[in-house]
Amino acid sequence: MSTAYLNSEFTANMVALRTIVYREIRRFTRIWPQTLLPPAITMVLYFVIFGNLIGSQIGDMGGFTYMEYIVPGLIMMSVITNSYGNVVSSFFGSKFQRSIEELMVSPVSPHIILTGYVVGGVLRGLAVGFIVTLLSLFFTKLQVHHLGVTVLVVLLTATIFSLGGFINAVFARNFDDISIIPTFVLTPLTYLGGVFYSITLLPQFWQTVSLANPVLHMVNAFRYGILGVSDIRIGVAIGFMLVATAVLYGVCIRLLVSGRGMRQ
Amino acid sequence: MSTALSIRQLTKTYGNGFQALHGIDLDVAEGDFFALLGPNGAGKSTTIGILSTLVTKSSGTVNVFGHDLDKQPSALKRCLGVVPQEFNFNQFEKAFDIVVTQAGYYGIPAKIAKERAEQYLNQLGLWGKHNVPSRELSGGMKRRLMIARALVHQPRLLILDEPTAGVDIELRRSMWSFLTELNEQGITIILTTHYLEEAEQLCRNIGIIDHGRIVENTSMKDLLKKLHVETFLLDLKEALLVAPQLIGYPAQLLDGHTLEVQVDKAQGITELFRQLALQNIKVLSLRNKTNRLEELFVSLVEKNLAKVAV
Repeated sequence: MSTAYLNSEFTANMVALRTIVYREIRRFTRIWPQTLLPPAITMVLYFVIFGNLIGSQIGDMGGFTYMEYIVPGLIMMSVITNSYGNVVSSFFGSKFQRSIEELMVSPVSPHIILTGYVVGGVLRGLAVGFIVTLLSLFFTKLQVHHLGVTVLVVLLTATIFSLGGFINAVFARNFDDISIIPTFVLTPLTYLGGVFYSITLLPQFWQTVSLANPVLHMVNAFRYGILGVSDIRIGVAIGFMLVATAVLYGVCIRLLVSGRGMRQ
Repeated sequence: MSTALSIRQLTKTYGNGFQALHGIDLDVAEGDFFALLGPNGAGKSTTIGILSTLVTKSSGTVNVFGHDLDKQPSALKRCLGVVPQEFNFNQFEKAFDIVVTQAGYYGIPAKIAKERAEQYLNQLGLWGKHNVPSRELSGGMKRRLMIARALVHQPRLLILDEPTAGVDIELRRSMWSFLTELNEQGITIILTTHYLEEAEQLCRNIGIIDHGRIVENTSMKDLLKKLHVETFLLDLKEALLVAPQLIGYPAQLLDGHTLEVQVDKAQGITELFRQLALQNIKVLSLRNKTNRLEELFVSLVEKNLAKVAV
């Protein structure tokens, strides 16, 4: 294969990637009252009710005020929900309207299709995370203990949940199927993932069980980046996230190449 | 002239065991305007689905301008533009964005994509609606939008699956002249349609598919030569009570003023009119009962049905 051919293929794929990412940004910004506004309102309610009203009665946790303690978890919760929600609804919507065929008939490689959707999910997760972070500044002071860990963890988390949303969308046959996982899996894992409490408050047995919850590792790693405290070892958490990203990416590519739910 | 499309022993069996294609062979020359006809469920859409990679073939080979579907799918896709039967675009996106986005999937830079989108939307009479969400377009506009989208990467082979279904006559004729223009510019076109008049008017060559088999693959001219008997409807000046006796011309009276007559091509109609004149029957006008191709199509499909039943 000539270098010129490879270069033109690479350039064409980069144009295609940019096209998919722009389309995804256009989608979630066009419907901002459904995508960007609700998490902002929900998180303000969390800050007021849990942080201010109830938090003032709880006292310190991990050496910080309760409000300071829950802010990283709430930012992470928004990132998780929105990166997952963006990919699952966008990809399933494309399947439902059959506009996914526009991509399938084109020469775009499966890696570019997947990367485009994942970048779209990550960007929405980051956009909502940024909005929630700004809102949190009205309630507490925010410090960054370790910028590198903070950025790496938030990017890996958004990527993992974007990939998860993609798998959900591939298998989904109707709109119920895209709400089952967020309602019955994602929400419990997030609430039990140390967003509102330190697992050291739990009996030993439940502390051990909690370690199987992937969200716990993400929330604690992010909390370490912001506050410098964590219930788990950061190296283990980041290692786990890197492995999860690689495994989920492999699964997604296999699904795309096989055309499951897209080709007859 | 080189081959635009070459299909060999193509088969497709769906997951439920239904065999849609039984090893079809088909060649379409570069620059051709080719009609692929067949009754519902004959295998037309499955064939087009395989070409556009939306349906996975069970066996056989597909080649488009020398690019093998299995070995060079990316190169093959760049040569191909497909206008499907069902609307398959995002109903919330604007018409312009749909076309520009499709160009992006083919690696066409945004500036060129926008120029081409404007050009094709203009040519198809949609520029006035380019900023309108596609769900607000009429059925005919949506069909034209899909044609603009299929052309934006300037394919060498354009496949249209019933592009004029549900489109009014005026618009259909303007689409015919647009497609003829494209073909004159060198784009090979494959068309499936239920309007046989459309196929007869536009296409030079024709393939008829039925029950997953190609039952005819020839030029339109040669195919129409096979039509031995044509049925004519004669509008009579004065009403008749019974059908007249016309030697060599089977006739029946549809109503007092309309006579249906079968005419063998070898006989011609001069003798028919001589006999009518002898019986003092005055004819106001004469027309074909059905489109010529339609008669042939029905007879071919019926023959195949009999074979399949045996």
